[in-house]
Amino acid sequence: MKKIIKKHPLAIRWFHWVNFPVLAIMIWSGLLIYWANDVYKIGFGNTTLLKFFPGSFYQAFKIPYRLSEGMAYHFVFMWLFFLNGIAYVLYTIISGEWRLLVPNRHSFKEAWQVLLHDLHLRKSKPSQGKYNAAQRIAYSAIIIMGIGSILTGLAIYKPIQLEWLCTLFGGYKMARIIHFALTIGYVLFFLIHIIQVIMAGWNNFRAMVTGFEVEKIKEEPVSEEPIKTTTDEAIG
Amino acid sequence: MKQSVKTIFTKNSQLDTDQLIFKKTAVSFFFFFILLGAAAWGWKWLRHQPADSGKTSAALRSVLNTNERIFNGWLSDKHLAKQYPASQAAKPARVNGDLGLKAAFDTAGWAMNVIRADGDTLKIKLDDIKKLPKTEIVFNFKCIEGWSQVTHWGGVRFADFIKAYGLKDEAAMKYLGLSTPDKEYYVGIDMPSALHPQTLLCYELNDQPLPMNQGYPLRLIIPVKYGVKSLKRIGDMYFSNERTPDYWADKKGYDYFSGL
Repeated sequence: MKKIIKKHPLAIRWFHWVNFPVLAIMIWSGLLIYWANDVYKIGFGNTTLLKFFPGSFYQAFKIPYRLSEGMAYHFVFMWLFFLNGIAYVLYTIISGEWRLLVPNRHSFKEAWQVLLHDLHLRKSKPSQGKYNAAQRIAYSAIIIMGIGSILTGLAIYKPIQLEWLCTLFGGYKMARIIHFALTIGYVLFFLIHIIQVIMAGWNNFRAMVTGFEVEKIKEEPVSEEPIKTTTDEAIG
Repeated sequence: MKQSVKTIFTKNSQLDTDQLIFKKTAVSFFFFFILLGAAAWGWKWLRHQPADSGKTSAALRSVLNTNERIFNGWLSDKHLAKQYPASQAAKPARVNGDLGLKAAFDTAGWAMNVIRADGDTLKIKLDDIKKLPKTEIVFNFKCIEGWSQVTHWGGVRFADFIKAYGLKDEAAMKYLGLSTPDKEYYVGIDMPSALHPQTLLCYELNDQPLPMNQGYPLRLIIPVKYGVKSLKRIGDMYFSNERTPDYWADKKGYDYFSGL
């Protein structure tokens, strides 16, 4: 027998799907801006391991010579990113959803077990609520990152009017580096998120659109002896 | 009853679990795709808005102007660009751009034309400017491209210049305009930013007269704005209650305010 179980409230689905294109536009317009002073790289001494970004990358996404366009879109869509983020945070606080999201004292130990499980190095995984420990950490971290992007963004947008904020992030140049690094963080998050969503399958994905998950329950009378289950099934 | 289009229009109470799952999924995805389509249409609409002469559409421009109203509210004479010791200033300072500096230039014949509201023009020579109290500033100069550099400038506060020449009525207007002698480059600046205590009519870089490529003999240094507004080699100065022309905003789609 199947059972329909509510998973994601409508508000959370809205915030999620609004954020997706808005963040994409912010990253795209951010690239148009970054190109005009593309000085960041990963390396040591005179060795560059990774340059942000190679010419082929710029050509592929038609980045060069679009600074003003990038700034215009960035400073328009920042409002949507900001308002949607604020709405999401307020909603999770007021509705109590935050309890399912914020890591608890077991999360960091359990997240490791989830990681081993996902990499097929461990058979069982720790019991979980709506989100597992790794998700709790990831989804809370992404909120901190969002706040970081808004604050570092403000710091480099108005470095004189908000000099204290700029100083807080180690100055104008450092604030720009953090703002950039957070963006790379979103891209990495996105890649892992997509892989996880594909691995989790249709039922999980559908829940982000419809709000419900379908659970299969065994049609056995409850009055019988307790059913022996393996660790994996006991998760439910 | 099978799962079919009919299922979608049947009351929930008459459906079994499988049909209910089918119905709820179909309805949710229907609205999901409608919204996806609306978002795609909205994006396409925005991308196809006719651009003004500055290559930015009216829709985007109106938001940028709103941003200006919001963030301009924070602009204060008390918010100052952080100052550094002169020893930290870059030598030589980075040179970025030569717009308005390309035409042949008669250094000896130069005077700044201050075009007053009533039509008469003041011609002011560099020596006259140098007679006014000198102010130095060492601050982190910020280019709209994203780089920044600590640089050391010397000159006369714009506010002091206004006072010394009795340009009170002109300074009461909303915008200041500056252009190079060849008129190839020009900037528009809101008056509160122009009157900010760190805005200089600048004639020295690192204690030396301005090099030609830094706008000899006189340039603007306005720390509360991106470097594009710090026009090199002032030819004309004028005042208006309407926005004065601005090269990067009018021609290239940049934000008019470009304030920091």
